Amino acid sequence: MQADHTAELTRLLTGRILVLDGAWGTMIQQQHLTEADFRGPAACGLHGHHGDLNGDNDLLALTRPDVVAGIHDAYFDAGADITETNTFNATSIAQADYGLQARVREINLAAARIARGRADHWSARTPGKPRFVAGSLGPTNRTASISPKVDDPGARNVTWNELRAAYSEAADALIEGGVDLLLVETVFDTLNAKAALFAIEEAFDRHGGRLPVIVSGTVTDASGRTLSGQTPEAFWNSVRHARPLAVGLNCALGAALMRPYIEELARVADTFICCYPNAGLPNPMSDTGYDETPETTSQLLGEFARAGLVNLVGGCCGTTPAHIRAIGAAVAGVVPRRVHDREAERVVA
Amino acid sequence: MSRVMHLAGLEPLAIGDDSLFVNVGERTNVTGSRAFAKLILAGDYAAAVDVARQQVASGAQIIDVNMDEAMLDSKAAMVRFLNLIAVEPDIARVPVMIDSSKWEVLEAGLECVQGKSVVNSISMKEGEGEFLRQAKLVHRYGAAAVVMAFDERGQADSFERRIEIAQRAYDLLVDRAGFPPEDIILDPNVFPVATGIDEHKSYGIDFIRATRWIREHLPHAKVSGGISNVSFSFRGNDAVREAIHTVFLYHAIRAGLTMGIVNAGQLGVYDELDPVLRTLVEDVVLNRLPADGGNATEKLVAFAESYKAKGRTVEEDLGWRGGSVEERLAHALVKGITTYVVEDTEEARVAVAARGGRPIEVIEGPLMTGMNVVGDLFGSGKMFLPQVVKSARVMKQAVAHLVPFIEAEKARTGGGARSKGLVVVATVKGDVHDIGKNIVGVVLQCNNFEVIDLGVMVPAQKISAAARERNADAIGLSGLITPSLEEMAHVAAEMEREGFTVPLLIGGATTSRVHTAVKIAPNYTHGPTVYVPDASRAVGVVASLLSAEQRDRFVAEVAKDYAKIRVQHAAKRGPKLVTLAAARTNAFAPDWAGYVPTVPTFVGRRLVANVDLGEIAQVIDWGPFFQAWELSGPYPAILDDPVVGEAARNLLAEGKAMLARIVGERWLAANGVVGLWPANSIGDDVVLWTDETRATPLLTWRNLRQQNERPPGKPNYCLADFVAPVASGVRDYVGAFAVTTGAAVDARVAAYKAANDDYSALMLKSLADRLAEAFAEWMHRRVRTGLWGYAADEALDNAALIGEAYRGIRPAPGYPACPDHAVKEPLFDVLGAVEAGMEVTDHYAMLPAASVAGFYLAHPDSRYFAVGKIGVDQLEDFAARSGIDVDLARRRLAPNL
Repeated sequence: MQADHTAELTRLLTGRILVLDGAWGTMIQQQHLTEADFRGPAACGLHGHHGDLNGDNDLLALTRPDVVAGIHDAYFDAGADITETNTFNATSIAQADYGLQARVREINLAAARIARGRADHWSARTPGKPRFVAGSLGPTNRTASISPKVDDPGARNVTWNELRAAYSEAADALIEGGVDLLLVETVFDTLNAKAALFAIEEAFDRHGGRLPVIVSGTVTDASGRTLSGQTPEAFWNSVRHARPLAVGLNCALGAALMRPYIEELARVADTFICCYPNAGLPNPMSDTGYDETPETTSQLLGEFARAGLVNLVGGCCGTTPAHIRAIGAAVAGVVPRRVHDREAERVVA
Repeated sequence: MSRVMHLAGLEPLAIGDDSLFVNVGERTNVTGSRAFAKLILAGDYAAAVDVARQQVASGAQIIDVNMDEAMLDSKAAMVRFLNLIAVEPDIARVPVMIDSSKWEVLEAGLECVQGKSVVNSISMKEGEGEFLRQAKLVHRYGAAAVVMAFDERGQADSFERRIEIAQRAYDLLVDRAGFPPEDIILDPNVFPVATGIDEHKSYGIDFIRATRWIREHLPHAKVSGGISNVSFSFRGNDAVREAIHTVFLYHAIRAGLTMGIVNAGQLGVYDELDPVLRTLVEDVVLNRLPADGGNATEKLVAFAESYKAKGRTVEEDLGWRGGSVEERLAHALVKGITTYVVEDTEEARVAVAARGGRPIEVIEGPLMTGMNVVGDLFGSGKMFLPQVVKSARVMKQAVAHLVPFIEAEKARTGGGARSKGLVVVATVKGDVHDIGKNIVGVVLQCNNFEVIDLGVMVPAQKISAAARERNADAIGLSGLITPSLEEMAHVAAEMEREGFTVPLLIGGATTSRVHTAVKIAPNYTHGPTVYVPDASRAVGVVASLLSAEQRDRFVAEVAKDYAKIRVQHAAKRGPKLVTLAAARTNAFAPDWAGYVPTVPTFVGRRLVANVDLGEIAQVIDWGPFFQAWELSGPYPAILDDPVVGEAARNLLAEGKAMLARIVGERWLAANGVVGLWPANSIGDDVVLWTDETRATPLLTWRNLRQQNERPPGKPNYCLADFVAPVASGVRDYVGAFAVTTGAAVDARVAAYKAANDDYSALMLKSLADRLAEAFAEWMHRRVRTGLWGYAADEALDNAALIGEAYRGIRPAPGYPACPDHAVKEPLFDVLGAVEAGMEVTDHYAMLPAASVAGFYLAHPDSRYFAVGKIGVDQLEDFAARSGIDVDLARRRLAPNL
């Protein structure tokens, strides 16, 4: 287990706006890998696996570690302070779609080690700019708060304990693989996230130590709520007990439409704020699948920074190292948001 | 500084030291409400959910849920009920208080709520160790906790015991469990007063004193209590109970009570109580001696006997029930209210039947109108997903009511009874995201469509096999990640190949209308392809596509819209360009060795003067005539158009009348020049030779080549591709022409204008243009069948002529296949066009205006195409070939750059 860098990260986030990396799916898709790439060499034991594996990006940690390492390098080279492990779907729940539940621990461990190795390499290269690894825990593809059945609104296709077990397995392997933080991201159902946070606390108990945690929700439509219906403030209230190093939003709407919700979080959250939007709205006609060029995304995030809304910025779907480089330039020298006491600045109802 | 307890349902709730009293709704508690207990025991969860809804509507800011009943599997009931209210946005907006005396029930409840809830309660009943363990878990689950004044020795029933336990529990929580003090809610036990037992007399005042002490001594801690307990002795007398609650709360709140579990719809106002009753109650609650002597309890009991006024009843806001049935249905759909939907639907059905309509019209009319409102609200962010799902459930109930009527009608009219249609849905191969697809499935099923969900990562063959096997009425594809977009295009192509004609629906976060129109729909031409922006729109789209009455119009509208999008897209975004070298490698290459060009009847140029206008008029293409008058629509269908048909008919009649005069009175003259020369291509240039020696160039026509990335098997065309290369040794020919009918137009137009007859002036100009085009068509036919003679036995009617069903093309400079206008100058020179009264201006416009000029290419594979965008490499190459500088070339080819 890595040492707890909370103090160092707090110092860094107070001094300047840190930069997270960009999209993983976009980068992997642009390489046009084939089924053979996803299955890897025979030693990976996947040649006889039933069903397609193409698209199971997290599997590349085992089968094409060079591709994964290359993306970490590209983002570090573009100036990212923090890289994410390529493990967004590496839970037994999400991997069940590929029949790879049994490989989840291995995938997380390998992905964390690759990221650790690249981060250490870059930290050594640029000693004034330490690099960190955030272990990514995605939302899974099931919702604990929404019914999948027409006739039974009380039905659920995943339970707390299934989520908790899945996140425990992933978190253990990520911690063991040497991540510096854990990132519960793209939260569309806060109950899923709460199960993840619960599992993380249990993992910390098992490992006898703690790591900083970041929680990032996603606002999916114009109502300004999560998929499961919470407002940003309700979302923050529901995850605040985990005392995250930062809370924020990622994915979905893109920076421009995300702004009022980041502003709401920045107003209510007494912790650092992170924001890593998509490169605008999905645009299937563009090469990255998204609208915005590096200039556009970075200008928007630059404005967030100058408005004192953020401490940690990066990119989600459709962003590339060029976006991250531009974002880094746009926030360089801008004073980060000051973490306030929530009650000191607002009138209580 | 104040530390605030921040709770949350779907919306936040902040409770600070200065907050007003918070109502916790008590009616969803089986121990407190016999009515609720009955519903739960009977398994009537729908009615039980309504109780929760009514509590929130009555002002409960938190709802207390308790399932502690001996006859019940409390844990299962807690989970079921919490899961049910979680999907009711007007209940789930408030936080839940998970209430049980059993830890396993509390824990099961905590695993069901996404917001920050309150646990009610934990205590030191089983010792410090268990208390701390539970407290740490409550915090880890992300909840606040009510701590009951209960320890190893039992429940606190005096002021001293209350504060002793409160202090000890608070210290343990803050110091040993790391529990945030603002999330600690102490419950100093509300016990019944006026029981007749002396020791119980101080229960009321002790609670109030303990409350004050806690708020003064335990920083940020909150105080709560189960208020209804205090009046337990007066069960059955709601009026007196309400008065006791009101008085008790009045004093407890003043002492600092943060929240109380109450019947939110049944609280009185202290100042409005009957003064006699209020004093009697106050004496009991505060354990005072009555001012006029006697026993406070006995006096209240005596008074209560005579005071059985009716308790307060809860009034729902039913103002919306006053609207029309359409408004009521829309309201019920938007608000997700099922209570009256069956009776309203029936009312609508009866009304429709009374005017001879069919039951289905209730669905297609008011219900769909209501769902469209839902769709609009969702689209504009005024509703969110769980609300939309609720609306869909209301819709389902309404539809369920109508189904027997619809089926009875079908039985009468002989139609078979089946669902409104069967839709096969799938997340495409390579993609595992299915939340959106599942929601679409739910919404469609709610609307009586049958849905076959093939799951995720479904390959094209499986989709088409299922669709064929189940005789699907529509196929829905979903995907979230970018590669799914290609897969959807592939599925569309497969459907085309397999001969499907049913509608194809496209949805998912990365899909779009533009992508569907540009990339997917063109692969599937046998049936409609429709983009569905979100789940709320799925019903409207599918219903329209499967409705016999609406389908054709809907499909036509979508097709028109998508065609427009494709045009806009092509104009807006430059396609991906390949290098000029690569484009040339991919040139169109006919088999020249097997091609024998027809030798024209002459080489050189000829004047064709004073052609019979009547003959030309026969080959007029009237389509563009209407466009010139800004009437849009294809000819001749435009004549029957419901909107512009009459105007179009009148215009055509007047045009034909003037045309008759033009022809009969010889207003205009048709003069032209035509030339035919030996020719060969050299690279992208076409060289017209002076004579058969093919040694001296007469005119070099510099052409441009398509440079956009072409689909496999499609060449990058250039007009030079249709002329035999010099190196082939094939003795090919190229023709050219310039024709006009405009010579006398300007004088007549001026005369009309002078007479203020702009209409006739415009009519004449538009007819002259039509005649010039028809003259070009006439001349082309004459060249094909006579002067060049490569199609001597051609026999085409007018429609076939206009449809260009003949061999060969006549590309005109300035048009998409040869965008450079500048070639008109040498073209006019070699044709001697001046002899036909035609010239080219400095800006390469032809005079008179009603003129047409171009080249003739005879190769059977020659075709029109658009050069489109070209790269800088071709621009520089063109400039070098033309012997002009790049800047001039850039200006001339600006539209293609």
